[in-house]
Amino acid sequence: MTFVPKPRVHHPLLQFNEIGLTRRDYEGSVSTLCAGCGHDSVSAAVVIACNELAIPPHRFAKISGIGCSSKTPSYFLGASHGFNSVHGRMPSVATGANLANHELHCIGVSGDGDSASIGVGQFAHIVRRKVNMLYIVDNNGTYGLTKGQFSATNDRGSTSKRGVPNLYSPIDLVSMALQIGASFVARSFSGDKQQLVPLIKAAIMHKGFAFIDVISPCVMFNNHNGSTKSYQYVREHTASMVDAQLVMPHEQIEIEYAPGTHKEVDMPDGSVLRLRKISETYDPHDRVGALNHVQRAQEQGDVITGLLYVDPIASDIHEVLETTSTPLNQLEETDLCPGSEALTAVNASFR
Amino acid sequence: MNPTDIRAPEYFHKVVDCQWACPAHTPVPEYIRMIAAGQYTEAYMINWESNVFPGILGRTCDRPCEPACRRVRTEEKPVAICRLKRVAADHKGDIGHFLPQVPKDKNGKRVALLGAGPASLAVARDLLPFGYTVDMFDQDPAGGGMMRSQIPAFRLPADVLEEEVDLIVNMGVNATYGYEITSMKEMLDMNYDAYFVGTGAPRGRDLDLPGRKEVDEHISIGIDWLSSVAFGHTTSISGKVIVMGGGNTAMDCCRTSKRLGAETVTVVVRSGFEVMKASEWEKEDAMSEGIPIINNRPPKEFVHENGKLKGIIFECVKPIEEAGRLKYVPTGEPDVFIECDHILMAIGQENHCPWIERDIGIEFDKWDCPILDEVTLQSTHPKIFFGGDSAFGPENIIWASAHAHQAAISIHLMCQGKDPKSDRPPEGLNLISQKMGVHEWAYDAEHDASKRYLVPHANRRRSLENIKVEVELGFDEILGSREAQRCLNCDVQTVFTEKLCIECDACVDICPMDCITFTSNEEEAQLRNLLTAPAPNLEQALYVSTELETGRVMVKDEDVCLHCGLCAERCPTNAWDMQKSVIHIPQLGSYAE
Repeated sequence: MTFVPKPRVHHPLLQFNEIGLTRRDYEGSVSTLCAGCGHDSVSAAVVIACNELAIPPHRFAKISGIGCSSKTPSYFLGASHGFNSVHGRMPSVATGANLANHELHCIGVSGDGDSASIGVGQFAHIVRRKVNMLYIVDNNGTYGLTKGQFSATNDRGSTSKRGVPNLYSPIDLVSMALQIGASFVARSFSGDKQQLVPLIKAAIMHKGFAFIDVISPCVMFNNHNGSTKSYQYVREHTASMVDAQLVMPHEQIEIEYAPGTHKEVDMPDGSVLRLRKISETYDPHDRVGALNHVQRAQEQGDVITGLLYVDPIASDIHEVLETTSTPLNQLEETDLCPGSEALTAVNASFR
Repeated sequence: MNPTDIRAPEYFHKVVDCQWACPAHTPVPEYIRMIAAGQYTEAYMINWESNVFPGILGRTCDRPCEPACRRVRTEEKPVAICRLKRVAADHKGDIGHFLPQVPKDKNGKRVALLGAGPASLAVARDLLPFGYTVDMFDQDPAGGGMMRSQIPAFRLPADVLEEEVDLIVNMGVNATYGYEITSMKEMLDMNYDAYFVGTGAPRGRDLDLPGRKEVDEHISIGIDWLSSVAFGHTTSISGKVIVMGGGNTAMDCCRTSKRLGAETVTVVVRSGFEVMKASEWEKEDAMSEGIPIINNRPPKEFVHENGKLKGIIFECVKPIEEAGRLKYVPTGEPDVFIECDHILMAIGQENHCPWIERDIGIEFDKWDCPILDEVTLQSTHPKIFFGGDSAFGPENIIWASAHAHQAAISIHLMCQGKDPKSDRPPEGLNLISQKMGVHEWAYDAEHDASKRYLVPHANRRRSLENIKVEVELGFDEILGSREAQRCLNCDVQTVFTEKLCIECDACVDICPMDCITFTSNEEEAQLRNLLTAPAPNLEQALYVSTELETGRVMVKDEDVCLHCGLCAERCPTNAWDMQKSVIHIPQLGSYAE
């Protein structure tokens, strides 16, 4: 908890983005999470990413469930739409929000408890439904709000603060997302904004379901020796597979890579996603290969990060359902109730 | 970059911009916190210890601290430091029990103070508690020097002046007033153990232009005229008055003229408005009293008719910048004639010491200033020390206090048979954690976004009628405590402990001013561009840690840090801690304890 409000005054040289806002305009209230919580870094990364994308804050909808992670939407995009929903039920609310107004950029924030335990069913189905959103899981492997029990993503053998080992196998949400058909899957680390910010930008601009699993250490209950989700463990065992940078339409492409080492993916807004392979053997467009890689690494206790899979020609729920291009919440009464003649025509088509 | 040595006293001292800029290094944030807490007497005593004349300086200081104030860089207007000092002085209680004790038994050493101005008085205050016999000589009928003779009563009321002067004189100074010193040799014959020359810069400059001699009786030298007003010899001035000069003396002259009955008063300045020597607020006050300031007009000739002054002819010039320096060139407009009956000349002053014989061991430089050691203020004659305006030329009262402390240390060391230079006590630093609980700090960390509060003024008509009516009324307790809240507490330092840091980024994320960065270490020039926010202000240091676990370093740009404590508040491991830096500036009283 922090009681001191963050002063509104900012650095005299703070940059304005293309729509005349500063990063400070994308902040929310001061975090009430424990000092040093990884989740706060994720929130900060969202703030930086949204500022760099220069999307007005009120064009975002942020939706969450219950838990430490799900409190965090209060701490970013203070001027956006928000819905703090029921435990594990963020996907349902997010689906509804996206169906009602596909023009809003939907950011769902959940945790390992919210998505891998109580909400694991909801998680599986929102992936299947291809809802066009960014789904972030702040994954700390522990139930911090209830003082440090193992969560479903905690690795087998990883110990609690008191040294008791976890006896159960973990649920890997990245593997699940890959398997069920997510079109953008990444893993990152709250302590590495250089990697996380571009991923969030790319995920927001991705059309289709984008999932980022962020290892986000719990400083209170899961940041000790013996934990596989501590700052130290992750820093020692992390390996980035693919470096992703989103190049906005107005931006100059500065770095030239050697041919064959990078790929470019066109994004719907005209930006370009540049993928630079760090591992020779890794192909970010190969779903099955990615799945194998992730599982193999996990077996060895390694944490592979970066953009693990992206489908360059993904579709979303509105395409699948063939909805009208006008957001549903903007349809007038005349559109929704076209009159008895139209009804008669519809009825006639079934006769 | 090499890791910052935060144990070196000057590092954190420099972060406290106001204290660093103050010649006497008054611990500004410390006394401002006391004002906020209503502890006026304690706030006054902190000032009294360090600058000796808080009530006087709270009204007249040139405020080198204010342009240095961090608020100038973070928002715009500095904290009204000077006027807060006055709040402490105006609202203090009895200070008697805080004053140093002066021993009845003297230590046998005798010190002569030449001049009874701020420098000499401050030396007396420092020496008396150590048992020195202090004899002070001055030509004026009362003590205070230029504070009495040159600062008009509407800026510095007599009772405020007398209170602080008498406080020191009554500690046991043997003062001889009305004593004109005509020979240093004579003084040396009195065989004192040490001499302190604090005779100021008593000679106002004159201007030798055509007609100068003929109109002599219509021209007064500004500081002499102010002095004669201060001692009641001059009580009126009539007709049209021109004040020549652009410094604070010129402002005092014009405002005094207005009060003594001048028909019109005009200030004419050789240079441009922005480069005038007068303090911003002095110019503002003069103009708000309806006194025009005419710039870029160097005088050419005094016009007279049979010895009766008619006016002055001025040339019209404009400033142009050439190789970074201002140069004034004629505009080509015809010369202007400004009518006047009296001229007050306030174009500068000199520390002229014709009474010091040039063959007694005091060497002078080519500008006729005594050659002094800048640290000890000792002249080339080992027994003779200088301070105040007589040392390095005209400055202001706060410099006199600063010189006095140094000279007093030197005199004390010399009288103890020690070397004034090599035996000087060093500066020191204490760091005291301000953490009192999980979310409790011993200082009010919260940032106050208020704009600078204005000091109320006396009724304009009343103050222009009577020279003794003080123009500024000072902050009352409520305004004073509000203004005190604007202080950023720059003396509460952000202290970083490398081995505790887990590099979680919490401090980087929360910092409202983007001061903190974790990055690979580079050379300073590179590093300044690598930070979360660029750090182009080269006068402000970068605080660099030793290497952290990931091989990176923590770099903090001190420039615009609000000292809000949020980094420490959000730090899970106390790697950041807010610690109050207490900088020990050697002073006779403090190091002998």
